[in-house]
Amino acid sequence: MSGILMPKPDAATLSRRDEIVADMRIIVPGEGVVDAVNEMRAFESDGLTAYRQLPMVVVLPETVAQVSRLLKYCNERNIRVVPRGSGTSLSGGALPLEDAVLLVMSRFNRIIEIDYPNRVVVAQPGVTNLGITTAVEQDGFYYAPDPSSQIACSIGGNVAENSGGVHCLKYGLTANNVLGIEMVLMNGEVVRLGGKHLEAEGYDLLGVMTGSEGLLGVVTEVAVRILKKPETARALLIGFPTSEEGGQCVADIIGAGIIPGGMEMMDRPAIHAAEDFVHAGYPLDVEALLIVELDGPGVEVDHLIGLVEAIAYKNGATTCRMSQSEQERLTFWAGRKAAFPAVGRISPDYYCMDGTIPRKELPRVLAGMRELSGQYRLGVANVFHAGDGNLHPLILYDANVPGDLEKAEAFGADILRLCVKVGGVLTGEHGVGVEKRDLMPEMFNEIDLDQQMRVKCAFDPNHLLNPGKVFPQLRRCAELGRMHVHRGQMAFPDIPRF
Amino acid sequence: MTTFTPTSAAEVLSAVQWATADETPLEILGHGSKRGIGRPLQTEHTLDLSGLSGVTLYEPAELVVSAKAGTPLVEIEQLLAENGQQLAFEPMDYGPLLGGETGKGTLGGVLAANLAGPRRLKAGAARDHILGIHAVSGRGEAFKSGGRVVKNVTGYDLSKAMAGSWGTLAVLTDVTFKVLPSAETETTLAIRGLLDDSAAAAMAMAMGSSGEVSSAAHLPERMAARVLDGKLGGDPATLLRVEGFGPSVAYRVAHLSDLLGNAGPIEEIAGEASKTLWRDVRDVRPFADGTDKPVWRVSMPPADAHHMVLALRMQAAADAFYDWQGGLVWLRMEGEPEAELLRALIRKFGGGHATLVRAAPAWRAAIPVFEPQPAALAALSARLKAEFDPKNILNPGRMVHSSDSATVAGVSEGATP
Ligand SMILES: Cc1cc2nc3c(=O)[nH]c(=O)nc-3n(C[C@H](O)[C@H](O)[C@H](O)COP(=O)(O)OP(=O)(O)OC[C@H]3O[C@@H](n4cnc5c(N)ncnc54)[C@H](O)[C@@H]3O)c2cc1C
Repeated sequence: MSGILMPKPDAATLSRRDEIVADMRIIVPGEGVVDAVNEMRAFESDGLTAYRQLPMVVVLPETVAQVSRLLKYCNERNIRVVPRGSGTSLSGGALPLEDAVLLVMSRFNRIIEIDYPNRVVVAQPGVTNLGITTAVEQDGFYYAPDPSSQIACSIGGNVAENSGGVHCLKYGLTANNVLGIEMVLMNGEVVRLGGKHLEAEGYDLLGVMTGSEGLLGVVTEVAVRILKKPETARALLIGFPTSEEGGQCVADIIGAGIIPGGMEMMDRPAIHAAEDFVHAGYPLDVEALLIVELDGPGVEVDHLIGLVEAIAYKNGATTCRMSQSEQERLTFWAGRKAAFPAVGRISPDYYCMDGTIPRKELPRVLAGMRELSGQYRLGVANVFHAGDGNLHPLILYDANVPGDLEKAEAFGADILRLCVKVGGVLTGEHGVGVEKRDLMPEMFNEIDLDQQMRVKCAFDPNHLLNPGKVFPQLRRCAELGRMHVHRGQMAFPDIPRF
Repeated sequence: MTTFTPTSAAEVLSAVQWATADETPLEILGHGSKRGIGRPLQTEHTLDLSGLSGVTLYEPAELVVSAKAGTPLVEIEQLLAENGQQLAFEPMDYGPLLGGETGKGTLGGVLAANLAGPRRLKAGAARDHILGIHAVSGRGEAFKSGGRVVKNVTGYDLSKAMAGSWGTLAVLTDVTFKVLPSAETETTLAIRGLLDDSAAAAMAMAMGSSGEVSSAAHLPERMAARVLDGKLGGDPATLLRVEGFGPSVAYRVAHLSDLLGNAGPIEEIAGEASKTLWRDVRDVRPFADGTDKPVWRVSMPPADAHHMVLALRMQAAADAFYDWQGGLVWLRMEGEPEAELLRALIRKFGGGHATLVRAAPAWRAAIPVFEPQPAALAALSARLKAEFDPKNILNPGRMVHSSDSATVAGVSEGATP
């Protein structure tokens, strides 16, 4: 494993492993407990494959009651728990701990209710993202957030990571499409937040849970809104001689009041890798390629495509192709959607970053990346959710070359620092996990981080749920609760008052 | 009685630190336009944020605006309109309903009350558009969360935690919102004469079609006369708003008219009149009657809401109208609020919750204004409050009775040195 320090395994827990496994078999009878090393191998890492660790035991519960009993059991005995959905996290969110129960939610795989009058689907958390759309598409509906991993990733994992996709600019992230959840707290209590109605009552705990990376509670049910499939969708494939022109085109499209269904950009290395892989017909003589998708009623799409085309040429586009059929539209996307595996073909390994920047900073950040690429002597290919400024630099390296992984990680960290420096953030959709954990102080000071940890204390005061993720340094809740007040003095005694 | 009127975040911090040290509760106020919502407060001192005003960043091409928390909402809306943009979630104005002025309210208050409008299903509420905050916790510490970019999952989303917290967790000092282009044009279809159940069916059909309706509402008999200065007449009106680019709106209006042609006579309301109409629905004009008759804001799944209303009317006199795309039923009670009856019926008809947004102070002190929560959730909320505001000095008791929250708090608290 690379240089990240995980919480020290608890010797007392490890020494009681056999007893704990036996108790797990009582809580989850049948096939749901896995403790053989060879069978646990499948769970030793998630999508961030550079990090591996066998858990103490893997448990796959089937009912909410089992989850509740398991968490209560672990809470009372000070045993750590790592929740896992499908294990596609790119930030190591589901990375096991040596002394922890890995709680795998994949058997929660049923759609519970499809409610068309209210346009809501209620699903168990192990249902895949695509599984929700599949359940309603014959009736012309779909679930909008569409991470590239949608055939595999679970809706529970999506909630935990607040996942996005290429259609988020127009249709929002997971947080904007989830109406309610049921979850189990570390003490075993089952809590419902929201429901089929549009707004949860009281504090927005649903908002806090979304994107909390499995540290606050285990999601056992999810209600999402579904949308009517747009009548038509067409895409434009636009090439530019420079990324500046591509970036300006994006700004002008938005400036014209147009919010496309999807707006993605790729740089030269990514274009070439994708074209070699899927033969999507991408132009190879451009520095930046923009895919702009417009969806809605046919008349609207026709109207907007005309506007976008004009904006593209005004900004120096050298090619601009319009999809003439559904088949061709999908081909345009095929290259973008396969960008990760395509890059995987040109390099033994790649490391995917996920910073977000204010869009106008794109040229500066790309230039910075080129410079860093030279310094580290590692290649980088860029795919980019252009509409919302979310970058996915793919750093090319070879894990078999000693020191290459460390170099790639250092390069990645420098890219993220650059993102923060220009007003952006460390992660747009992949989460902090273990990967970006130690970079958190680049964005937050100690007070900011302490307040986030206090939120954790309200949910899990013993830091037993997914510890070692998100926060660079765990502080005990009792210590966090302490207040340092200076009675009677006021820094600004002359604040206006009456 | 002291009212602090800070003009900088540092002054806010200083005032809260003083209150924390003295364990003196503060009422947190923007313009005070929503002061009548929640349990009545009895604080000695007030922290008035209306002097903490001004836009600090507006980049139309980046779809982002930041402002100090006390900046008037109207000022923001005007600035955005000059650039063809808007807060897409259409924050409602409680002024008319609560008997105050229209056009009051601050940007911080928009988030603290998690305001929304009749486009909610499509565009969300304040919580869906907030990108970042700076705030001072009840611990007397200035912290930040989020940022200024649309996509951000770095750390817990404490900005969302502020949404609907009614000033009980932290004092906002700066807020950053996502903005969006305004629609080029809009038209509203009004189907006339429908009873509640046929209106619900028509609405479900429209919203499940590719007509891309952005707002849908049903004003039953008499309610319709109370919007648009009475120009709509008193017959029931089922309203569907279609927004977007000209050619698209024309096409969708035709599509919907076709689809719903058999439901009843359809009128088209275009342009400014359409805008006014939806503003009136948003701001609950039908119940802006200058009285303090109890008004409930009920959030529930739209399809069954009229069954709940029917059942309620068997037992209590009430007027109702439906802002479906806002996910709301608005109720005005003739007599008492009937909180228990109403909340039981909401549970029976699909779940949701009710907030008593208008009532005489005595009522608001006596019955829970916000929906009471099941024990485990109430305890979790109380723990969250305590982690932000352990001394309970920020708007204490506004959302839940203080003693209720204190007993279950069990906060991770050490001794004060
Ligand atoms: C090829 C590829 C492409 C990807 N593309 C995208 C993309 O376009 N957009 C995007 O946003 N992400 C993308 N991802 C990242 C990943 O797919 C998402 O983060 C996804 O939401 C993770 O879901 P999962 O079920 O695999 O969760 P896991 O990886 O199993 O877990 C992720 C986190 O969620 C927690 N968790 C999982 N289930 C639960 C639960 N039921 N309750 C509580 N906590 C839980 C875990 O503890 C962990 O912290 C991609 C990943 C890959 C491998």
